[in-house]
Amino acid sequence: MARLFEFQSKKLLKQGGIPVPAGDVAATPEEARRIAERIGKPVVIKIQVWVTGRAGIGGIQFAATPAEAEAKARQLLGMKVKNFAVDRVLVEEKLAIKAEYFVGLVIDDAAKKPLLIFSPAGGTGVEEIARLHPEKVARQTIDVLKGFPEYEARNMLLRVGIEGAILPKLADLLTKLYKVARTNDARSAEINPLVLTADDSVYAADCHFVVDDYAVYRHPDFGIEIAREFDRPPTELEKIAYRVEEKDYRGTFYFFQMVEQTAGSEKYIGFNGAGGGGSMMSMDAVLNRGFKLANYCDTSGNPPASKVYRAAKIILSQPGIMGYFASGSGVASQEQYHSARGLVKAFHEEGLDIPAVIRLGGNFEEKAIEILKTYLKDIPGVVEGYGRDDSPEFCASRLEELVAKSGGKRYQIRPLVEAWIPDRAYVFDTVTGRLSFDHSKCPGCKTKGCVPACGPKILKLEDGKPVLAVSVEDAKKGKCTECLACEIFCKFHERDAIVVHLPIPGLKEYRERIRTAKP
Amino acid sequence: MAILVNEESRVIIQGITGREGMVRAQLMKDYGTKVVAGVTPGRAGQEVYGIPVYDSVLQAWEKQGPVDVSVIFVPAALVKNAALEAIDADVKLLVIVPDRVPIHDVLEIAARAAEKGARFVGPNTLGLVSPGKAVLGMIGGRAERAREWFKPGPIGVSSRSGGMTSAISYYLTKAGLGLSTIVHVGGDVVIGLSHPEVMTLFQEDPETRMAVMFGEIGTTQEERVADLVESGRFTKPLVAYIGGKAAKSGTRFSHAGAIVEGSRGSYETKVKRLREVGVHVVDAISDIPLKAKQVLG
Repeated sequence: MARLFEFQSKKLLKQGGIPVPAGDVAATPEEARRIAERIGKPVVIKIQVWVTGRAGIGGIQFAATPAEAEAKARQLLGMKVKNFAVDRVLVEEKLAIKAEYFVGLVIDDAAKKPLLIFSPAGGTGVEEIARLHPEKVARQTIDVLKGFPEYEARNMLLRVGIEGAILPKLADLLTKLYKVARTNDARSAEINPLVLTADDSVYAADCHFVVDDYAVYRHPDFGIEIAREFDRPPTELEKIAYRVEEKDYRGTFYFFQMVEQTAGSEKYIGFNGAGGGGSMMSMDAVLNRGFKLANYCDTSGNPPASKVYRAAKIILSQPGIMGYFASGSGVASQEQYHSARGLVKAFHEEGLDIPAVIRLGGNFEEKAIEILKTYLKDIPGVVEGYGRDDSPEFCASRLEELVAKSGGKRYQIRPLVEAWIPDRAYVFDTVTGRLSFDHSKCPGCKTKGCVPACGPKILKLEDGKPVLAVSVEDAKKGKCTECLACEIFCKFHERDAIVVHLPIPGLKEYRERIRTAKP
Repeated sequence: MAILVNEESRVIIQGITGREGMVRAQLMKDYGTKVVAGVTPGRAGQEVYGIPVYDSVLQAWEKQGPVDVSVIFVPAALVKNAALEAIDADVKLLVIVPDRVPIHDVLEIAARAAEKGARFVGPNTLGLVSPGKAVLGMIGGRAERAREWFKPGPIGVSSRSGGMTSAISYYLTKAGLGLSTIVHVGGDVVIGLSHPEVMTLFQEDPETRMAVMFGEIGTTQEERVADLVESGRFTKPLVAYIGGKAAKSGTRFSHAGAIVEGSRGSYETKVKRLREVGVHVVDAISDIPLKAKQVLG
């Protein structure tokens, strides 16, 4: 779930007509000073990071003058909180607080409706109050077809004793919060505290807004780099992986790093799961054998071979791993030979020299295992393929044995070499890459096997050379499924004339940096 | 009997001309599902694997007769429109296969479905199978596989993981046990039919003698199943496995979430709550067939 920073959330509230304290975000002490000058009153300065309890770690400071604001901002900027370096602070007017309320909107999975919660006692103790005095917390599910009328908000507030002049103000605010949440695809939206000031105005003093990952594409202005829940900023490699997924809607590719450094004596492996449940079960199996995961990765939902290839290339950009473990539920509905071909291409290019155990149980597993066996027997590392009747525990024990046999050899990442496209090659584009056929090699080819090998059957022979049987536009739009069958056939059975070029933007530079950064 | 779908159910496929739609149309038809039409706007007159394609759900209904089920294979951003179209056309069961459907879109689909008395499975589901009768969605991948992996019998399966729906069902079949209906309820937080709703259907189905549930951390589905058992609304034997034991418990990002869920949602509370009411919670997937055999006697 993609979180917004406080200052971003407040911008949304303001757009929705909910009052927020005067202020702005600053990246330098000087900016903080100028904002404080503009406000012309005492200010509060708050670090912009995704942690709760900022006050307790000194992340919230008060300043009476612009000069003091500058000094305090200097202290706060550059502070380290968990893995976050504070690079922005919010400078805001200090409020004269008379009362603090809580209001939050979440999605109720049982009711399948948004649920609004209001508590007249806000602040950090709100969960405790809700537990001890549930009657003091008002809850209201919202009918998304009807919307959230003002009277429902008013009745909700009356139930917890809100009355007088503040009642209509709060009711109005609640209806606006619902609208802001819905317009911006909030997974949750929370104002805590919602402050009543000495002059009887209400302000959102702090706000947490979490955007639905699946709707982030509707809000490019939020600047969310990776639409997923992270409790730290994404790593360089995760960003590279996310760009792959973003550009390819076919199947899922989810990647995150458990550690950035695989140093020490731990037995790290690269992990390539498939499907949430199957991945969890498979992770348990390798963890029980004393392995540690360098990363978590999920390639499922029937991804094309090209996506699994890119996933493997990214996993194999982690130095120090001792093995590669791929395993899903074991009874996958997706055609497993796509994954097998993706791995074959990646492992060959990398000259994989650590052991790999690949559990590809499911649809066409026999063909998938056969592909692994046939085409990976000559690489330096041992690759074993397994199916649905081989348990994750058994496969994990195989990996343990192979790692022991390899003497605990650690993987060293290689420079990324992009294949060259010969002059006058026959070339066409695909959804995420490009195919090149070196027709000068075709005359020596006996089988012309690339044409029957082609999964979607889009190749034909012209003067004994393979060319597209569909238009280049159709190939690019997805008629070429990037199944890699033609390349693999030609490479291993014929003249090695076909290359499927599948760029991974940023990976070459990343590997270079990692390699040269080594002591 | 089975639940939700059988060999009589009349099915359409929205998005039948797309990459997944085409392949899974073949799966469903080959398996024996009564696929009467497909829908892709602008493609009326075409055929996919012998199935006629129409421009709208309404048009498919007019030309081919009543539709019981629509299986949706359109891109996530278009799911809301497709689902509302089917619901408004009076289709009473939807299977929404795509992943990454925005949650507010799902809420709207749920509200409209409730209004019209329609139900839906998913989103983010592989679908469901009533072995020997019909398959909806993409579970099994190919018909011959679905026939080989899932045999008819007395056990109902409900799972939040697609892969594990197939895996558990396959291991049960391999152990000589059969299945009434297997349902992948979908991996998202808000889904149409969740575990408790599926259990209620199993309760009403005379063919289902016991149920197996694959739960996961997060949401309140498994706790609500425990509530059903406790209140006597689900009385058949139930074997459950909860995934996510090793996953680090998610950092609470929201007070409101904590207020609503309280301590529910974690691995420990789910297991404890289910065991309390007499559900057979197993610690390993491989224990499921054994336990099921014991329970069936």
